[in-house]
Amino acid sequence: MQLSITTTVNKISKARSAPEASTSLFRQSIRQLRKNKLAVAGFVFILFMFLICFIGPLFSPYADGKINPAQMHQPPSAEHWLGTDLLGRDVLTRLLQAGRISLTVGLASMALSMTIGTLLGITSGYYRGFIDQLIMRIADLLFTIPSLPLLFIMGALMSEWKVPTDYRLYIVMIMLSLIGWPGVARLVRSQMLTLREREYMLAADVLGLRDRRKLFGHLLPNVFPLLIVIGTLSTGGAILSESVLSFFGLGVMPPTPTWGNMIDAANNVIDFEKRPWLWIPPGLAIFLTVIAINIFGDGLRDILDPKQNTSR
Amino acid sequence: MRTYLLRRCLYMLLILFGASILIFFLYSLTPGDYVDNNLNLSDQRKAELREIYGLNKPILERYVIWISNIFQGDFGYSLAQQRPVLDLFQDYIWNSFLLASAATFFTWFFAVIIGVLTAYKQYSLFDTLVMIGIFAAMSIPSFFIGLFLIKLFAVDLKLLPPGGMITTGSRAEGWEYIKDVLHHMILPVAVMVLLGVGSLTRYFRSNMLEVIRQDYVRTARAKGLKERTVLYRHALKNAMLPAITLIGFELPGLFGGSIIIEKIFNWPGIGQLYMSSFTVRDYPLLMGFTMFIAILTVLGTLLSDILYHASDPRVKL
Repeated sequence: MQLSITTTVNKISKARSAPEASTSLFRQSIRQLRKNKLAVAGFVFILFMFLICFIGPLFSPYADGKINPAQMHQPPSAEHWLGTDLLGRDVLTRLLQAGRISLTVGLASMALSMTIGTLLGITSGYYRGFIDQLIMRIADLLFTIPSLPLLFIMGALMSEWKVPTDYRLYIVMIMLSLIGWPGVARLVRSQMLTLREREYMLAADVLGLRDRRKLFGHLLPNVFPLLIVIGTLSTGGAILSESVLSFFGLGVMPPTPTWGNMIDAANNVIDFEKRPWLWIPPGLAIFLTVIAINIFGDGLRDILDPKQNTSR
Repeated sequence: MRTYLLRRCLYMLLILFGASILIFFLYSLTPGDYVDNNLNLSDQRKAELREIYGLNKPILERYVIWISNIFQGDFGYSLAQQRPVLDLFQDYIWNSFLLASAATFFTWFFAVIIGVLTAYKQYSLFDTLVMIGIFAAMSIPSFFIGLFLIKLFAVDLKLLPPGGMITTGSRAEGWEYIKDVLHHMILPVAVMVLLGVGSLTRYFRSNMLEVIRQDYVRTARAKGLKERTVLYRHALKNAMLPAITLIGFELPGLFGGSIIIEKIFNWPGIGQLYMSSFTVRDYPLLMGFTMFIAILTVLGTLLSDILYHASDPRVKL
């Protein structure tokens, strides 16, 4: 009986909201976002970077990454726009292939830390009590330990356990999300603490909804704007962290190219001084991608999360 | 206030205790240690060394020894350098502090000035340009900008030294020595300022925007005070107040060095010491360093809390 009431209520609410879809929050946000030219430019650049990295290598004659001793260390030319590396591979093609990995690692570790952080944040904010204490104390702990040494030691652990280079990619994603989730969990929890006192939650209680439905049907959608914002911004952070780790040889290792381990060429004095085409392009790629992500994320925050706004 | 402080301190100890467990077991779980990696040693000698350093004891016992030593102010004994870890820290930490304090000073200096100006001219062209600059500064990969500037200023233009703290082989003393060190500091400090100034400028800008709208600023203007007096004496003072809490968070950065920057610029600081110990797996030093930063972080948080309550009487416990 109770179930049927709730479904009817649900149906009615759905029926009501349907005609208003043209002015939905989503569309309003998009419209607002389009006014922010800087954010739009950021978004277009991110899109461009993704397209060129994932589609670009398909059109490259050097995509097989074959070693070509006759073409070693060529400076940029008409055939090799960004020159070739010590094995005679085309740097531009490698740069794009590296972009695939770097962008994927950034996105995946963001998604993973957002999922963990959101689940734990929602749980601790809604249930309070012991479980809240436990989760938040673990988050405090991870905040106390400096993240760079923590990442380094995990990277070393991976090397000592002889993780195959193909799998290091996935371990790096997990490592980064281990560092990333406490921040997300804290933000989500603080949102939950105010949301759970709202009237609609009282209504949900009165309707006798199950916890799962209250959490995922009613509370989660309300933290979603916040999640989109911190998700966007933390993707940039994840790309940066991955590049640091890979640069120091503790993240993703060659032959899998990433922007970070391509800059590793700068550790060789001759490459550093005489062959800047090996390491400057990947650095610029990281820089431009992260800047675009940050500008876009900030534009999103202006619209979706006005309270957190620090710029206006 | 006293019970609050007491509770905070107790909690601090608990967190550090948890951190010590995590740090110790992470480092001990990693197979291969300094003795293992040394190829010059015979198996018998290796066993002897393990006996001497207590590496053959069960892991739990080693943890208890390690943590009780830390409580007595003994962070262990570096195997690679054959000196107590704390002694080594004392040798390197002031180099780190020199770099970090200069960087922190300039970061705050620029952040305050730019923050005030952009808040005053909100939405102007200058403001927009600065905002883009801030995003750029927040998005730079630290190691890359370091390498890039070395390439530009040291290799190509030959204006500045590529790294280190003094010119190799230099025996300069007194004023010449100071000049030499300052010359070597320019690039790393510039990079650190560049990396830190973005978020801090944003912080001051938004604080200032808040304060400028207050009634007492309007009153000051109505009194006919000069705009500069209004901005810097009446508004800035109040906009700076919340920043006091940030001082605590600077603590680990000031004394803990910066691993990446010191490594890139070959600066003989504590972060560089960490990186060089990392390659030889000198665990006592690595664990000591990580624990040291954790302690600084916790102390810094406590300090910010106290300053926050002390600086603003509106905040009640």
